[in-house]
Amino acid sequence: MKKIEAIIKPFKLDDAKAALGEIGIDGMTVSEVRGFGRQKGHSELYRGAEYVVEFHPKVKIEIVVLDDLVEKVSVALRESAGSGKIGDGKIFIYPVEEAVRIRTGERGESAIS
Amino acid sequence: MRRIIPVLALSAGLLLPGLAMADDVTPGQFTANNVWMMIAAGLVFIMHLGFATLESGLTRAKNTTNILFKNTFIVAAGILMYALLGFNLMYPGDFSLGGFFGFAGFGISTGAEGNTIAYADGGYTYWTDFLFQAMFAATAATIVSGAVAERVKLASFMVFSVFFVGLVYPIVGSWKWGGGWLDQMGFYDFAGSTLVHSVGGWGALVGAMMLGPRIGKYVGDRMTPIPGSNMPMAAVGVFLLWLGWFGFNGGSVLSADPEATSFTLVTTCLAASAGAIAAMMTSWFQFSKPDLSMALNGILAGLVGITAGADTVSILGSVLIGLIAGVLVVYSVTVFDRIKIDDPVGAISVHLVCGIWGTLAVGIFSTNPEHSFVTQLIGVVAYGVTTLICATAIFGAVKATMGLRVSENEELEGLDLAEHGSHAYDFSLGSGFMEPSEAPKHAPLATSVAATDRA
Repeated sequence: MKKIEAIIKPFKLDDAKAALGEIGIDGMTVSEVRGFGRQKGHSELYRGAEYVVEFHPKVKIEIVVLDDLVEKVSVALRESAGSGKIGDGKIFIYPVEEAVRIRTGERGESAIS
Repeated sequence: MRRIIPVLALSAGLLLPGLAMADDVTPGQFTANNVWMMIAAGLVFIMHLGFATLESGLTRAKNTTNILFKNTFIVAAGILMYALLGFNLMYPGDFSLGGFFGFAGFGISTGAEGNTIAYADGGYTYWTDFLFQAMFAATAATIVSGAVAERVKLASFMVFSVFFVGLVYPIVGSWKWGGGWLDQMGFYDFAGSTLVHSVGGWGALVGAMMLGPRIGKYVGDRMTPIPGSNMPMAAVGVFLLWLGWFGFNGGSVLSADPEATSFTLVTTCLAASAGAIAAMMTSWFQFSKPDLSMALNGILAGLVGITAGADTVSILGSVLIGLIAGVLVVYSVTVFDRIKIDDPVGAISVHLVCGIWGTLAVGIFSTNPEHSFVTQLIGVVAYGVTTLICATAIFGAVKATMGLRVSENEELEGLDLAEHGSHAYDFSLGSGFMEPSEAPKHAPLATSVAATDRA
């Protein structure tokens, strides 16, 4: 099992969710985060004073899948959440030691399918 | 000239039977006048909704409970203080110190003819008079709360406002509206550009200066903006204030006189509109982008500016007064930031600067030949010097005894938590959706979990 963390542009969330659904992934956890990489900050104005906002709002998607789905997920995310511009985000892949379904206590593959 | 008229009317009525002016107003007109004045009192009360929402909208969420608490305290304490001694300090009837000070005693009671036509030429009853004026008193104090927001100690501010509204406001107010020395000199302030707005504004200036700026606002030579947390609240607040001004100026006619009230409301709205446009254009030109909070301040600037002469300037005059106020407020905000006086909501620029402008504008634009620029200037200076000294004394005494400003830690963690131990907004994790099948009879609590496009 692998955990896939994708940090994407917020307005791409619906597309990403749809794309993941098409390859059979119907469960995920989503959080609002802020961050930056090569995307520079932008400046905003308030009562005549300029200030730079460096942390851009992003969305983080977390899913846990079996190993054979990892490549498909990666491709689906790149195609749906990418726009070709700096700031599209990143995907990180981690090994998962165990997964447990809280309701039933199922472990491993049956916990995440 | 409020209480002077009823006193003279009563005297005239007693000395010259048959010539009492009160005979000109029918009971029906008395009722109509009084109803309008009571509505006006309610409208002025609405300004407190405006201040509450405007101030909480332009400050940070971590201080919202604190700012609302201060606003709640001011209106409650203000009305009580005014009943206890403010009303009778402002309208003493007789002055004991040459038009500078008089006191008609503690507490409020109507006296023999307080609820009759004889009280105020059939304009309103004693009780209406008290309430309408009490609403003004509370307004003066709440102006200060915006300028000292996010760093003043709650208890210190409460002590300051008790003395400021309880003593300073009514005593200096008596100089004009109570028939004191400035009134006798011909100084004119229709609804309080000086007596309410600049008095509050001087208090705000002293408070902001003695407190110092918020942490992080001025770093070296740079000014770091501290944006407000809720622009819809700020906008709604300004519109509520505008609505309140219908009573603030409309009620200052002191009757329901059709011509005077309707004309005053028109000049008021024209000035507000002109102020908005002028501020919009000025901020657009100065900052290369139109700033909403400046446009909102522009509305208030126009309203404060017209308040001294709403009944006595021409239509064109009211528009010009508003336009100039709108330009003034934008530059004023910039200047105060440049000299590092931190005013989170622009209270000093709106109320002090435009209050002075509105007062002087009477000397320029009034259609009444008895009004003069010099007399207006004397009034501005007199109020300025006195209020400055009094505000400094009160803030100084508070600073020396209880301290004025919260600690650095308290300011950084937010006054809501530091002074109130609570949040204004629900930040708790876990108050999210319930499954419909599990929910008790009420509907599920709504909290946004999914992120949507907010970039």
